[in-house]
Amino acid sequence: MSSVAESAGDSHRAPDDGRREDDADTFLPGGLISALEEIQARYGYLPREQLLEIAATTGRSLVDIYGVATFYRAFSLTPRGRHLVSACLGTACHVRGGPAIAQELEHQLGIRAGQTTPDNEFTLETVNCLGACALGPVVVVDGHYFSNVRTAGVKDILEKARRGIDRVEIDTDQRIFPVEVSCARCNHSLMDPRHPIDNYPSIRVTVSFGNKHGWLAISSLYGSYNTAAEHEIPSLTIVDMFCPHCHAEMIGAGKCGECGAPMVPMIVRGGGMVQICARRGCKGHILDLGGTSIE
Amino acid sequence: MITININGLDLQVEKGTTLLEAARFLGFPIPTLCHMEGLSPYGACRLCVVEIGESPRTRLVSSCTYPVEEGLRVRTASSRVLKARRMILELLLASCPQSKIIQDLASKHEIRQQRFRQEHDDCILCGLCVRMCEEQMAAKAIGFRGRGRTRSIGTPFDIKSEVCRLCGGCIYVCPACQLRCTYSDPEKAICGGCANISPPCVKKEKFDDMMCYMDPCVACEIKQD
Ligand code: SF4
Ligand code: SF4
Ligand code: SF4
Ligand code: FES
Ligand code: FES
Ligand SMILES: [Zn+2]
Ligand SMILES: [Zn+2]
Repeated sequence: MSSVAESAGDSHRAPDDGRREDDADTFLPGGLISALEEIQARYGYLPREQLLEIAATTGRSLVDIYGVATFYRAFSLTPRGRHLVSACLGTACHVRGGPAIAQELEHQLGIRAGQTTPDNEFTLETVNCLGACALGPVVVVDGHYFSNVRTAGVKDILEKARRGIDRVEIDTDQRIFPVEVSCARCNHSLMDPRHPIDNYPSIRVTVSFGNKHGWLAISSLYGSYNTAAEHEIPSLTIVDMFCPHCHAEMIGAGKCGECGAPMVPMIVRGGGMVQICARRGCKGHILDLGGTSIE
Repeated sequence: MITININGLDLQVEKGTTLLEAARFLGFPIPTLCHMEGLSPYGACRLCVVEIGESPRTRLVSSCTYPVEEGLRVRTASSRVLKARRMILELLLASCPQSKIIQDLASKHEIRQQRFRQEHDDCILCGLCVRMCEEQMAAKAIGFRGRGRTRSIGTPFDIKSEVCRLCGGCIYVCPACQLRCTYSDPEKAICGGCANISPPCVKKEKFDDMMCYMDPCVACEIKQD
């Protein structure tokens, strides 16, 4: 008797398994966001014509598209410069002198935060916490982290950016820092202190490729590509990665900008998301720390 | 049916009824600002706060969005509610001191002084206009843009919208911007009704059953002559 009443009651209740597919569709326009991401990646910003075209082809109203495009800081409606400089003004960086650094950057570049220099070289923005608070104040230039920045060092950072930051050697590099990540599905930490790589806890996932199945440990140093694995993975193999805790496949919607393989998303402690290419040996990755998106 | 208790009175209501509807059914007044019949509840202004639960573990919720729960105890005018409501009004008044609607609400709630700096914003982000435009006019000409401190209402790219019906509905519902209707910047004006030389109702074939909220309307007066 009671079971009849219960099931009758149940039919009125919203499914509480947290996966309301229809709702997710209407409220979290996943399709729209990846379309915008693609345009942003292709042009470096979202040109007006492209947004109008999405509206025309998908039948979505322009207000919604525009609302999403202006909501996320990963999107820009104006062209961005060749180098993206993000100064952290999160709480920790703020008390460690972040505002002075941001001001010095504005001064050196002659623009305000959110603007691009007239020669299209630099775009400056301020962000709220990059998840590296202990190293603050933090400045990120083209995906490379500068820690404990002083106002006197700002000039040097911009110089390096102008010369092309990738030519700086890794060993003199204080920009490499460890990230802590967790599974995007169960949020369980993936950090494994028992198997350090580069002297930091590694990121441990389960991989399968061919008919092999085993663990893979990845360096948690952002910028290092060192790994260790149970079975040797032939270079350029695309592996499937699984969470060792909930065993769900770690798979996102994105494709690697370098090689086209699927990207594997993980949550960064402190906010944001890192995606790494599922092809071993490929260095494709995206770090999106709730504001800056860096490829 | 669900039984709740509002200010000591028991009431049976349909599941899905909001606390606001239930309280108003019993005749208890609750001030609202971002709520309007015919538009989906949004819960932005918090003016409709009520206190729920048994003391000492009660909490404040916005009654316009809170659905009734079996056995829930609700107080619509406890001292905690009145205090919160007055604070909210004082803050609203500080952001939009020129709004007649907010002024009236404030004076009705005995707010005689202002402790906060007046901002003279022309929008409190209540979202009434956006819901009006989407839900009643099926136009979706205006929407929220940006977030945080830069959140604002308007058309995409701040240019005159092609889908706007020039119905004036957004202006009609707005509690804050009646005074904005000055046609000072027609390119950016939300509805652009005034800037339109041939008024909406004249070339109305397209939206025949359209409701017009422009009142008083110059075009109508000209047509009557
Ligand atoms: S005037 Fe335009 S923007 Fe305002 S409600 Fe009507 S259609 Fe929407
Ligand atoms: S413009 Fe008026 S109606 Fe629209 S959100 Fe702002 S205050 Fe509310
Ligand atoms: S009619 Fe003109 S002045 Fe009035 S709200 Fe519309 S655009 Fe502004
Ligand atoms: S506050 Fe700057 S990295 Fe966290
Ligand atoms: S009327 Fe309920 S929050 Fe505005
Ligand atoms: Zn997991
Ligand atoms: Zn790749």
